[in-house]
This record gives sequence, structure tokens and C-alpha cells, in this order.
Amino acid sequence: MSASFEPIVGRYMNLQLLGRPHRLYVEEAGQGAPLLCLHTAGSDGRQYRALMNHKDIIARHRVIAFDMPWHGKSSPPAGWHDEEYQLTSQQYTTMILEIMQALELDKPIVMGCSIGGRIVLHLVLEHPERFRAIIGLQAGAHVDPYYDLNFLHRPDVHGGEVCAAIVSGLVGPKAPVKERWETLWHYMQGGPGVFKGDLHFYKIDGDIRERVAQIDTSRCPLFLLSGEYDYSCTPEETMAVAASVKGAQATIMKGLGHFPMSEDPQAFIGYLLPVLEEISRTAGKG
Amino acid sequence: MIEQLKERVNADAGLVRRGRFLSTNFLLEVGSTQWLINIVEGQVSSVTQGPFVMPSWSFALRAPQEEWARFWQADPQPGSHDLMALIKRRVLKAEGNLQVFMANLRYFKESLAKLRAGVAA
Repeated sequence: MSASFEPIVGRYMNLQLLGRPHRLYVEEAGQGAPLLCLHTAGSDGRQYRALMNHKDIIARHRVIAFDMPWHGKSSPPAGWHDEEYQLTSQQYTTMILEIMQALELDKPIVMGCSIGGRIVLHLVLEHPERFRAIIGLQAGAHVDPYYDLNFLHRPDVHGGEVCAAIVSGLVGPKAPVKERWETLWHYMQGGPGVFKGDLHFYKIDGDIRERVAQIDTSRCPLFLLSGEYDYSCTPEETMAVAASVKGAQATIMKGLGHFPMSEDPQAFIGYLLPVLEEISRTAGKG
Repeated sequence: MIEQLKERVNADAGLVRRGRFLSTNFLLEVGSTQWLINIVEGQVSSVTQGPFVMPSWSFALRAPQEEWARFWQADPQPGSHDLMALIKRRVLKAEGNLQVFMANLRYFKESLAKLRAGVAA
């Protein structure tokens, strides 16, 4: 096999974020309507590697994924060693808007998965005018804690091993072996306490049940795609959001789990392409 | 059927290697039937059926018989396909010293999945 480069280009961006200097890793590929992708809790932008390698998608879209601070190749801010990382709705929203501004993205499509799927519900509710369309993957309004989160960050349990083992069943059982374990590897590589800190947003701070019905899809279209094997954000929870938001379009993806773009990219892209086509068809109408 | 755990786990060299720092005794409750499973350095050394008078164990996993039956199908349905899915649905109760369970979660998930229909020893 001869060596080859993928179309993905990664760079480090230095910017002021949440009032502090940050060094963030940003990857992108393609040209066209910007598609900003948000990774899941405790992982990083590599989850979108297949989208950034998909010829049809990058022919029409500038696909961008940043690693959140503390994740992947992005650093935590100076002083992190004396802090407990805990993500909040307000920080997460501000971070996304500030990164969009730094990247000079004008009305991108934003697509987020899991915690990313939750925050896009906050974004479409609070800042619909900033986005061309919103795609929520594994998006629900709330998830009750179902295990003791302290196990994710304590010295007598290996953080990487337990984070991957916790989420392993969230990958659909028929996902290709290579992509399943690539997805879990990202979890094994997370920094101490980072997955747990993300879940503070997911399970405690980011509850949007009482406000989700106020989302106005006439101001920004909302698409929801959820895998049927996800027991963290279940298909029922996604359908509950769809039922309470007029105009939201929801599809349950057969055979897929909580990490569709990473665990089984081929199957996922089959569901994503019609959504991107519809967004592109309706462009300019709003 | 539960007795097959010993042969099936011990035949998987990769699984035993991952469990090489694990020695414990845990209780598996399948409906009203209890089993004590002893693990020594990643190998299942004994599987003993109850009832027990004074069982000692580090942690217990308890679920109704029909929930385990669904979990052990060759191709389980969503929600029955993973121990954490059963816990999320509140049908599997994990109790005791769960540090042992969580520190070796991949080991326990993969070991108990060995009892699925169609899994070779």
C-alpha cells in the first residue's frame, strides 16, 4: 500500500475563549457551505474523520471540527492543574459562538452529537439567527444519571479503561470492528476527569426539558438523527423532542448507536446526505 | 448454562490476560437463582449454584430471569444488549463494592456476554 494523505488539514488556533487564552486544535476539509461539527463528551474531533474524507460532502461543504478545550489535541487553559473541569451550558454556548467568530463562519450548519446534540438544542433556541440549520445527533432534552459518575475519575479505577468500557455498549452491535475500536480508543485517550466534567453538562446543568418546546424551527430548521441502540439518549427521548418542537424532523437510524458518525460512518452518511440535500434545497428561502 | 462461564472465559486468552490483576468473588442473581463466581487472576476458578447460607462476595449483579434471557440471546434487542443498558433501564441492580466491577468493567461485560447463544467455548 502506497502512502497517501487525507484531505483533512489540522491547525492550532490561539484565541481568547471564555476570558482566557486558549490553544485549540481545529481540523477541516472541503469547500462550500460551512458545516461545524461538535464531538461527544470525553472524545474529540476525530469522530468526524469519515465526513472529512467523503468526496460528495467535502465537494459541497467546508467541514470543520475543533477539539474542545481539555480534549484531543487542544490544551486545557493555563492554571488547569488546580481546577476541576466542569462544563456548563453557558460556557459551552459561549465557546461555540466565540470559535465561530474566530473562524469567521457566517451562518454555518452546526451538527453536534450527544453533549453536542444537547447544546445544539440550546443554540437553536437561543441563537437561531446565527445558524443556517441545526443537526442534532443523539439529541435529547435530558438524561438522568444511571451510574455513579465518580467512577470516571478516581485513582483506583483507570480512567481511560473505564470511560471506554462505560460507553462500549453505546456503539451499535453491528458496527464495523475497526470503527468501533477507533471510537473507543478516543475515549481511552481522554484526560483525567474530562469525560466526567462533560457529563456535568449532559446530566445536570444542560437539562432543557422545560424550554425545548419554545424552539422555533421557522427561524432555523432542526433535524434530529438518533441511533436505535443508544441507551444514553434513547430513540424515545429524541422522538419526545421532535414531538414537542413543531417542524423538527427526526429519524431513528437502524442498527446505529450513540456515535453514528464514528462507529459506522458509511451507514450514518446514508442518513446524513438527504438531510444536507434538504438544507441546501431550502437555502435562501428563510 | 451459567456453569459454562468457566470454560468459555478461560478459553479466551485475551480476556484472561486483561483480567490478570483481578481476583474476586461475585454474586450473579438470575431471577431467584444465585450463583457465586470466583475469579483468580482473570481465570474463572469456580461457578457455584446457591442457595447459600452465608455467601461472601465483593459485588452482586441481580436481574430478573427474563432480562438475563434477553441479554443472552445471540442478537439481543436494543436495551438488552449491554450490562449498562440494563442498569440504565433499572432492571439490573449492581451493589456491593462496585470499585471491583467498574475497574474491570470491560472484563465483566465481555465475560458475561460469553454466555450468549452461539458463543463458542
